[in-house]
Amino acid sequence: MKTSKTVRCMSFLFMFILLFLTTGCADNYIVLDPKGPIGEQQKDLMILSTLLTLIVIVPVLILTFVIVWRYRDRKGRKAKYTPDWEHSTKLEIIWWGIPIIIITLIGIVTVRYTYSLEPSKPLESEKKPITIQVTNLDWKWLFQYPEQGIATVNYVQFPEDVPVRFEVTSDAPMNSFWIPQLGGQIYAMSGMSMTLYLQADEQGEYMGSGANFTGKEFAKMFFTANATSQEDFDQWVNQVKHTSPELTLDGYKELTKQGTSDVRYFSAFPEGLYEMTVTKYAASHNHGLSTRVQPPARVKE
Amino acid sequence: MWESVKEFASEFFVTGDPLIYGADVSIVLSIIAIVSVLTYFKKWGWLWREWLTTVDHKKIGIMYILASVLMLFRGGVDALLMRAQLVMPEMQFLSGDHYNQIFTTHGVIMILFMAMPLMFGLFNVIVPLQLGARDVAFPFLNALSFWLFFSGAMLFNLSFVIGGSPDAGWLAYPPYSELAFNPGPGQDFYIWGIQISGIGSLMTGINFIVTILKVRAPGMTLMKMPMFSWSVLSSCIAIVFAFPILTVTLALLFIDRYLGGHFFTLDGGGNPMMYINLIWMWGHPEVYIIVLPAFGIFSEIVATFSRKKLFGYKSMVFAMIIISVLSFLVWAHHFFTMGSGADVNAFFAVTTMLIAIPTGVKVFNWLFTMFRGKITFETPMLWTVGIIPNFVIGGMTGVLLSVAPADFQYHNSYFLIAHFHQVIIAGVVFGFFAGLYYWWPKIFGFKLNERIGRWAFWLWNIGFYLCFMPQYALGLMGMTRRLYTYGWDKGWFEMNLVSTIGAVIMGAAFLVQIWDIAHSIKHMKRDTTGDPWNARTLEWSIPSPAPFYNFAVMPQVTSQDDWHERKLRIEQGLEKPAKVELEPIHMPKNSGIPIVMSMFWFFVGFGLIFDWLWMAVPGFISVIACMVVHSFNYDTDYYVTVEEIKRTEAEAGRVIT
Ligand code: HEM
Ligand SMILES: [Cu+2]
Ligand SMILES: [Cu+2]
Repeated sequence: MKTSKTVRCMSFLFMFILLFLTTGCADNYIVLDPKGPIGEQQKDLMILSTLLTLIVIVPVLILTFVIVWRYRDRKGRKAKYTPDWEHSTKLEIIWWGIPIIIITLIGIVTVRYTYSLEPSKPLESEKKPITIQVTNLDWKWLFQYPEQGIATVNYVQFPEDVPVRFEVTSDAPMNSFWIPQLGGQIYAMSGMSMTLYLQADEQGEYMGSGANFTGKEFAKMFFTANATSQEDFDQWVNQVKHTSPELTLDGYKELTKQGTSDVRYFSAFPEGLYEMTVTKYAASHNHGLSTRVQPPARVKE
Repeated sequence: MWESVKEFASEFFVTGDPLIYGADVSIVLSIIAIVSVLTYFKKWGWLWREWLTTVDHKKIGIMYILASVLMLFRGGVDALLMRAQLVMPEMQFLSGDHYNQIFTTHGVIMILFMAMPLMFGLFNVIVPLQLGARDVAFPFLNALSFWLFFSGAMLFNLSFVIGGSPDAGWLAYPPYSELAFNPGPGQDFYIWGIQISGIGSLMTGINFIVTILKVRAPGMTLMKMPMFSWSVLSSCIAIVFAFPILTVTLALLFIDRYLGGHFFTLDGGGNPMMYINLIWMWGHPEVYIIVLPAFGIFSEIVATFSRKKLFGYKSMVFAMIIISVLSFLVWAHHFFTMGSGADVNAFFAVTTMLIAIPTGVKVFNWLFTMFRGKITFETPMLWTVGIIPNFVIGGMTGVLLSVAPADFQYHNSYFLIAHFHQVIIAGVVFGFFAGLYYWWPKIFGFKLNERIGRWAFWLWNIGFYLCFMPQYALGLMGMTRRLYTYGWDKGWFEMNLVSTIGAVIMGAAFLVQIWDIAHSIKHMKRDTTGDPWNARTLEWSIPSPAPFYNFAVMPQVTSQDDWHERKLRIEQGLEKPAKVELEPIHMPKNSGIPIVMSMFWFFVGFGLIFDWLWMAVPGFISVIACMVVHSFNYDTDYYVTVEEIKRTEAEAGRVIT
C-alpha cells in the first residue's frame, strides 16, 4: 500500500492546484454571471437543481468514504461482519424513497420553469420589444433589423432594458444561436423561424456564438452582442444607415457562400429577405415554437 | 496511362498530411511484420484453425477484447491530437477540416469500436461460464457477429488513409452529412462501417438473450442468476430494440446520398430533424446498453471483495429492467433547444430524471453490500470503489442537464462533454477495466501484476479528474464543443491547459496497463486454483483458463452464489466432492464461413462507398453463396470423448474419477 499513499497525496495536490485555478478567474464564468432576466432565471435554476442534487450526493460520498474505511479488512478490526445479510425492507424503502422525493422536487421545478421560460414567450416589460432577425450562414451570422431597415454580419447591437425578439433561421446546416450572458440558446434551422426572447439589463459587450457544429470554420462563428443605451443605439442605427453600403440580393448570395466574415454593416437589405430564406425550403415544416412566416410578396433587388 | 493512375491514386489515397503519411508507413510496416512473423514461425495454419475459424465463445471474446484495446489506442491517439490542438488559444497544429475528422472518428471509434466490443468480449468470455453452460445458444452466429464487427471496424478505420475520414460528428447530423455538404467518401465509410458492424451487434444481442433464457445450468432459475448475467440480459434487450432503428436511419441517409433521396436534405421536402430524432432513439439507449453491463460487473466485484452477499438482489434486477425500458423514453433530452415546445420538453425532462432513481438505488445497494463486509482492495475492487464517486458526480451532472430550461445554457458546451465522459469513461470504460482485471485469471490463467495495476489505476483516475473537471468549468465559461480553435480573449487558456495535461496522464496510464500485461506474461504465475479471488459464481468452479468445453460435468445449481455456497458446504463437511460419471460432450465444429462471409461484406461496403458496382454486386452474391453453403452443411458438430475430457482436466490439475 506504500505507493498508493504517495499517489494519494499527489492527487490531493492536483486537486488543490485545480481549486486554485478555478478560483483565480471567477469572472470568466459568464454563464453564472448573467446580465438579463432570462439568464438570471436560468442561473437560479442551475443553482437550485445543483443544491437539490447535492442533498443526495454529499451524504453518498461521505457514506462511501466511511463504509470503505470502516469495513476494510485489517487485523484487529472491531467492525461487525455479517456475510449473509442481504436484505432490509426498511433500508431499501429509504433509498428508493429519498431519490423519489428529490427527483419529484426537481421535476416540479423543472416543469414550471419549462413553461415560464419557454423561449418564444414575450418578456414582461413596459417597453415595446425590438425584433432582430438572425440567419445562420456558412460560417457567419446575418442580423436584420426589419424595423430599422439595417443589417449586420457577426455583430448585433440593441438597447438595454428592451426585450429583444430574435427570430432565428438558417440558410445552411443547423446551428445554434447562443449569447450565454443573456440566456440559453435556440437552434437555427432552415425552413422554419424560431423565436427567442432575450433582454440585457446592463450595457456591455457580450460574447455570442454558434453552438452547434456546422463544418470547417464553425469555430469562427463568434459575434459580439452589444447592449447600449437607447440613444447610442439610435445613433448607431443612424450611422449605419448613412455610411454603409446596401445589402443586395446578389450580396446576400455572396454571403451564403462558405467562408468566414469580418463584422459588416448594411444600410438596407432586400425587402422580405428573411421570409424568403425561411420559405425557400419550400416543403418544410413547422413545429412547436417556430412561427409561420408568410412568403414575401416580392423580393426587392 | 501513368497520368490517370496517378490521378486516381491521389484521389483514392489521402495525401498531403505528414500525420497520414506516418500512418501509411506504420500500417504497411506492421502488415509486413505480421506476415513475416507468421510465415517464419509457420503459424498460418495454427492461426486459421485455432483463432480465425473458431466458434469457441472464449476465444471470440478474447479477439473482441484485443480488437477493442487496439481501438482504444487509436481513439486515444485521436483524443491526444485534439487535446494538443486545444492546449492553448490559436494553436497552429490541426486545421479545421482535420480536427473535425478527428473528433468524428474519435467519437465513433470509442463508442462503437471500443466500448461495444470490449463489452461483447466480456459477455462472450463470461456469460456462458457464469450460467454453467457449454457455449452460447448459437456459436456459429456468434463467430459471424464478431467478424462482422471486425470488418465494419476495419472499413471505418480505412477511411483515414483511403478516401478521407467522415467529419460530421459521431452522429452525423444531416444536412451536413448529406451529399451537398459532404461529397467525399468519408461519410459513406461511416455509414457502411457502422452498418456492417451494427448487424453483428444485433445478432449478438439476440444470441445472448436466447443464451440467458435457454441454456442456463439445471436449477438456475432467473432469480438465482448472477447479477452480471442479468445486466447482460437487460442490455441485450435494449440492443434488440435499438439497433434496428440505427440500421434504418443509416439506410435512409444512404438512400439520400446514393440514390438522391430527400429524407433529410434541405431541399426536396427533406427534414433533418427527423434524422436527429431517429438517431437519438438509438443513441440514447446505446449509452445504457454499454453502461448496464458495467453495473453488473460492479455488483459481482463488490460482493466478492466484501466477502458478502450482494445486497438487495431483487431491487438490483428491478432497477436494471426499469433503466433499460426508460432509456427508450428520453431521447429528446438531446435537443431541448430544438423548440418542440414546453409540453414535449417537460415530458422528456421528467422521464430523464426518473432514470436517476433506479441508478441511485444501485449505488446504495453497492454501498450496503460493503457495509459490514470485509473489504479487500485488489485491483478489481480498487477500480470499483474508485468508480463510485465518479459515477455519482457524473449522474448528478446528468440530472442537472435534464433540467430542460437550464440545459439551454449547458447544451453543446464543454459541460456536456465533461458529463458524458464522466459517465462513459469513469462509468463504462473503468467498469469494463474492473471486469477485465477481475476475470483476467479466468480468461488467461494468470493474474495481472497488482502493483503495476495500482499505478495504472491512480494514473487513470488522476488524469481523468484533471482532464474533465476543468471541462465542466469551461462549459460554464461558454466554451462550445467541437471548436478547433479559440481566441486569447476568451479566458479559456488555463483550463484547457490543465485538461490537456490530464489527457496526457491518461495516455501514460494506458501505456502502464500495456506494460502490466507484458510484465505479467513474462513473470507469469499460473493460477492453479481456478478461483484466485475466492469468488462466488460458477465461472470460478472450473480450472483457469477454462477448458474448451467449459464444464466437464454440468453443474447442478441450488442457490444464488452457488459456488460460494458449495465451497462453504464442503468446508463444513456437509458435502463431499461428488463422484461423477463423465459423458461425451457435444460441441460445435469450427467454421471458416463467418470470416469469409464478413470479408465479402467488406467488399460490398467498400464497393458501395466508391460506387464500384463491379465489386459490390459480386461481393453481395458471394455473401448469399456463403449463406447457402452454410445452410447445406450438416457436418457442424462432434463429440468430445471421455478420454479427452479426462486428459484435459488432468492437464489443468484436476483429477476426475
Ligand atoms: C481517454 C481520454 C479521452 C479524451 C482525452 C477525450 C477527449 C475528447 C475530446 C477533446 C473530444 C472533442 C470535444 C469537441 O471538440 O467537441 C471528445 C469527444 C468525444 N469523446 Fe472523448 N476523450 C476520451 C475518451 C473517450 C471515451 C473512452 C469515449 C467513449 C467510450 C469517448 C467518447 C467521445 C464522444 C462520443 C465524443 C463526441 C464526439 C463528437 O463531438 O462528435 N471519449 N473526447
Ligand atoms: Cu425544426
Ligand atoms: Cu441521452
